[in-house]
Amino acid sequence: MHDDRGNAETFEALAMPLLAPLYNFAHWLAGNRDEAEDLVQETYVKALKGFGSFTPGTNFRAWMYRILRNTFLTSRTGLKATVSLDDEENPVTQPAADDDPESLLFARADQEEIRRALEQLPVVHREIILLCDVEEMSYKEIAELAGIPIGTVMSRLSRARSSMRSLLRTKLQGARQ
Amino acid sequence: MTCEWRDKIGAYLDNELSEADDLAMSRHLRTCQDCAMAALGSRKLKVSIKRAASGRFVPSPEFRSRIGKAVAPRSRSLPSWLPGFALAATAIIVVAVGLGLLLRPRQHDVLVEITDLHVSTLASANPVDVISTDRHTVKPWFQGKLPFTFDLPELQNSEFHLIGGRMAYVAQGPGAQLLFGVRKHQISAFVFQERESFARLGAAPKTSQNLAFNLETWTDRGLRYVVISDASAADVLALAKLLRSAE
Repeated sequence: MHDDRGNAETFEALAMPLLAPLYNFAHWLAGNRDEAEDLVQETYVKALKGFGSFTPGTNFRAWMYRILRNTFLTSRTGLKATVSLDDEENPVTQPAADDDPESLLFARADQEEIRRALEQLPVVHREIILLCDVEEMSYKEIAELAGIPIGTVMSRLSRARSSMRSLLRTKLQGARQ
Repeated sequence: MTCEWRDKIGAYLDNELSEADDLAMSRHLRTCQDCAMAALGSRKLKVSIKRAASGRFVPSPEFRSRIGKAVAPRSRSLPSWLPGFALAATAIIVVAVGLGLLLRPRQHDVLVEITDLHVSTLASANPVDVISTDRHTVKPWFQGKLPFTFDLPELQNSEFHLIGGRMAYVAQGPGAQLLFGVRKHQISAFVFQERESFARLGAAPKTSQNLAFNLETWTDRGLRYVVISDASAADVLALAKLLRSAE
């Protein structure tokens, strides 16, 4: 089985460049360093072991994120965080007309405020914002990775952004008064 | 009243609109000031999030080298000072392992994963997420967590008792792991949707051993069952039969 060595080298070459972004994502999900390290380590061990089932030429990055996400969902924190999946049917609330224009409002938000708001989001909302805005994945990639329809990606993303906006709005307008 | 275009601003900024919609949106934004302001705000937020969250947490050098070692191809981790005889011994082991891999059918990949899950469950301080000896508590716990349902047997007049259950992922698919006790031993029963990764295990009931664990696997109505334990093969088979008779 001379392929094993070659496989391991291929895996290493593909997987190591993803370490920093995967770790960042894991830390945002789990909320602390120890759990993030455990998650990432388990992901790499599982992925290396299952690399034989990965189809070359398909999306390796999405495959790794999927493993990490599944690992997170079965972890203690993950199970707790996703017990109360919010219902996707509620309409997205639009800001009232007399609010500050958001372009001005968010121009005042500094990085710390954005981070704190992101931390306060329910994990499903935080996750989808990270995948879309930080990892810049397409709706299709996110749908496949999370095993949900594209329509759900869109409605969840829209709800996530709306929560993010109202969190920031409360913080920023509250701070000013 | 909100403009009908407003809902599409997110998808527009994510580059997810069709070519025609994208063009129409660009045109609309030049004429509708409300939407233009909203788009500006959304774009600002998107960019701020990217800036604030990407690379926010960085793996430590120690952690990076730990992962590096875990995924490095085997032979590279051999220290250069290793004496010749040790190298020779290692070579023999490498050949043996290589042969083992060569001779090992691929079906074992899934079984190895399942064995790992069983072992890590036994080692865990909190082996199950739903703790109950009552099958009428354990089974409903999985409702909404799994895209399928399964039956648990009546254990009243058997040697077995139910300990609880938890979610399990094998080959990137969700399933149920049920933990049973028999005397001092624990037995895991896994239930998954039958998929290609399991197909090689065959549909008919099959007994096997993996790292001295006794294992019984079969399919029934589209579900794949795997029962595994360090208990005797007879115990494993007995529980498998109970599960097969459950309705």
